[in-house]
Amino acid sequence: MKRLVLALGLLLAAPAQAVTPDEILDDPALEARAREISKGLRCLVCRNENIDESNAELASDLRVLVRERLVEGDSDEEVLDYVVDRYGEYVLLKPTATGANLVLWIAGPAMLLVAGGLGLVYVRRRGSAPDAAAAGLSAEEEARLRDILEE
Amino acid sequence: MIVELGHFALVLAALVAIVQMIVPMIGASRQWSGWMAAAVPAATIQFLLVSASFAALTYAFVVSDFSLRLVVMNSHTAKPMLYKISGVWGNHEGSMLLWVLILALFGACAAWFGGNLKPSLKARVLAVQASISVAFYAFILFTSNPFLRLATPPMNGEDLNPLLQDPGLAFHPPFLYLGYVGLSMAFSFAVAALIEGKVDAAWGRWVRPWTLAAWLFLTIGIGLGSWWAYYELGWGGFWFWDPVENASFMPWLLAAALLHSAIVVEKREALKSWTILLAIMAFGFSLIGTFLVRSGVITSVHAFANDPERGVFILLILAVFMGGALTLFAARANVMQAKGVFAMVSRESALVANNVLLAVSAFVVFVGTVWPLFAELAFDRKLSVGAPFFNAAFTPFMVALTAILPIGAMLPWKRGTLARTMQPLWGVLALSVAFGALVWVMQTGGAMLAPVGLALATWVTLGALVDLWSRTGRGDISSRLRRLRNLPGADWGKTTAHIGLAVTVFGISGLMAWESEDIRVARIGERFEHAGYEVELRDVRDVQGPNYVSTMATMAVYRDGDEIAVLHPEKRVYPVAGMPTSEAGIDNGFLRDVYLVIGDAQADGGYAVRTYIRPFANWIWAGCIIMGIGGVFSLTDRRYRIAAGARKRRAPAAGVPAE
Repeated sequence: MKRLVLALGLLLAAPAQAVTPDEILDDPALEARAREISKGLRCLVCRNENIDESNAELASDLRVLVRERLVEGDSDEEVLDYVVDRYGEYVLLKPTATGANLVLWIAGPAMLLVAGGLGLVYVRRRGSAPDAAAAGLSAEEEARLRDILEE
Repeated sequence: MIVELGHFALVLAALVAIVQMIVPMIGASRQWSGWMAAAVPAATIQFLLVSASFAALTYAFVVSDFSLRLVVMNSHTAKPMLYKISGVWGNHEGSMLLWVLILALFGACAAWFGGNLKPSLKARVLAVQASISVAFYAFILFTSNPFLRLATPPMNGEDLNPLLQDPGLAFHPPFLYLGYVGLSMAFSFAVAALIEGKVDAAWGRWVRPWTLAAWLFLTIGIGLGSWWAYYELGWGGFWFWDPVENASFMPWLLAAALLHSAIVVEKREALKSWTILLAIMAFGFSLIGTFLVRSGVITSVHAFANDPERGVFILLILAVFMGGALTLFAARANVMQAKGVFAMVSRESALVANNVLLAVSAFVVFVGTVWPLFAELAFDRKLSVGAPFFNAAFTPFMVALTAILPIGAMLPWKRGTLARTMQPLWGVLALSVAFGALVWVMQTGGAMLAPVGLALATWVTLGALVDLWSRTGRGDISSRLRRLRNLPGADWGKTTAHIGLAVTVFGISGLMAWESEDIRVARIGERFEHAGYEVELRDVRDVQGPNYVSTMATMAVYRDGDEIAVLHPEKRVYPVAGMPTSEAGIDNGFLRDVYLVIGDAQADGGYAVRTYIRPFANWIWAGCIIMGIGGVFSLTDRRYRIAAGARKRRAPAAGVPAE
């Protein structure tokens, strides 16, 4: 952790820029793919930034690496696999839907089903419940109503 | 001396809060009116004391008292006055002091304007509110004391984090805290009602203005933060799904849900237990947010007092308050029997759907935020959950929410039919779909984001207007217009806030779908073209600011040969803090922003220059402001004045002065 902060501090002291002109590929199609891939890769020394936006030196290295792989004819998946092989899945901003991560991806839809089901049961029960409001006000509520009306 | 007085006042405030926590609570259970009434002066005194304490700390910052550790670490004599003052809350200790100040302010407001509350409920609300204060006073005094002196004061300070030296960010934390802490009122009302054993329509009416105020401040606070990120960080993103952003977004979503469910409690005496639970959870998520920001368990751009000891303390506060409240909730399930009966197709059901979507979307954000932590602890997998995940997992909920919004908003209470409700909406629906299709054709296919987002925004806006117009009843135009003017504040608030949401959706969709970018090396005097605009780099100079040095470019923007703007993007370095920042040059427009960033000097004499055209960017924050205005309209509704403080004809309960 401390090392991370230190690294961050050092990098900030010597700022580079997010994608710089000299990194850009001549082939616009390849460059567009590189940008798209970059947006899904995490800058490892930054806090929650992708390498496309990061000013860090390491992010720049990664951007160049992605472009090199693309120029050599890798597909998008091959580039991602290559980067993950080297840096681990920590580098992916969009976690894979494999193993335990399935829980992450399924949590939302599953919760929606549960909550939606509970909501539906509740609404149905309210539809068939005896109408307590029609039963009139309690004595206490009557008194309060009188108070309010008199004011 | 003044600093010591401030420290002393804080200790006194903590003692008063302890009294306020205990005495009224006993009074309420024994029905001793004197003990119950003690809550009001106690709340006032507590507020005055903590104000004095805050004023003392502000004074130390204003006069740059470098014998104070906190001032040394976060200030500098050369810093502009605005940032000397905002430096008070631009750090952990000071921001906690602001936190308790707002906590006491809300308590005092409840004491002053809660004239129509039942005495025992009022006493209990103030006691619960004071118990939260006590926890945070203890936190400040034992782990984060802002009033610590240094034995040997240095000549000058270490300066405030330069990223925070910005008008947008100067006011972002106070608003956010007004929102976070405002939710404590909803929490206090919920717990007090549970202790009291009575949750009824009146409770729904009392709790709603506080929730509205909290939500409104959160909206403004989040909007300010996002706007700051847009122009300050230099690449024009407006939302990063950063853990700390999420920490403020989850309470916002839950507060929005609470606003809607409290209406059902108020009007129909249904959804009671859910509303109480929401009130508890909304504040719980505020505390979770505080924990995430200050404990350092999750790395984020807001590197702010990462101290495990403080984290444990906040976790303890969280556990005590959430555990206690939820236990009470379970024990008192019987007092929350619903009364109102309604059919499957009704306003009530629509609001249930609204709550399901908002609450589950908050849950998705929560799971995504804590998943990296959880995966590392449980499976030893070090992974990231970033924007691509949230965009994919969160967006569908907002699509569903905006799709059902206009229909739900117009459904009648108790029982309705879709056919009848849709009658005035068919035209609007057709228009919106047509608009979406037109957008899709114009952008020649491609991503569905813009067509869907823009169609939904149109649908919500026009639907809200149709709804408002339908409230004016029948008759000729002039009498309807007259009635329109006299509609209750709540109706105007609803329409306005929904339109605000639509405007934000419109802005986000348009910006994300159509922004374009150009990165190149430009030489001085060179003109280049991007997306129909021509940009000329005229000059680059070094400029000395009050506490920074800046590389400032002068760039002109042309459209069809005419000069439309001269912008000055900068790269600043704050020598004391040793940190560079970038200030984008932005030409704000109704339909688009031209956004220029100046980069490093190149070896061959040019400069790296980025040009962005960002369509509809301002709509995102305009929508936040409109939502906020909607909240204000709703707060002015007459029924809150009757509910709170009617006897003395005071200002509405939630007319809390914005700091």
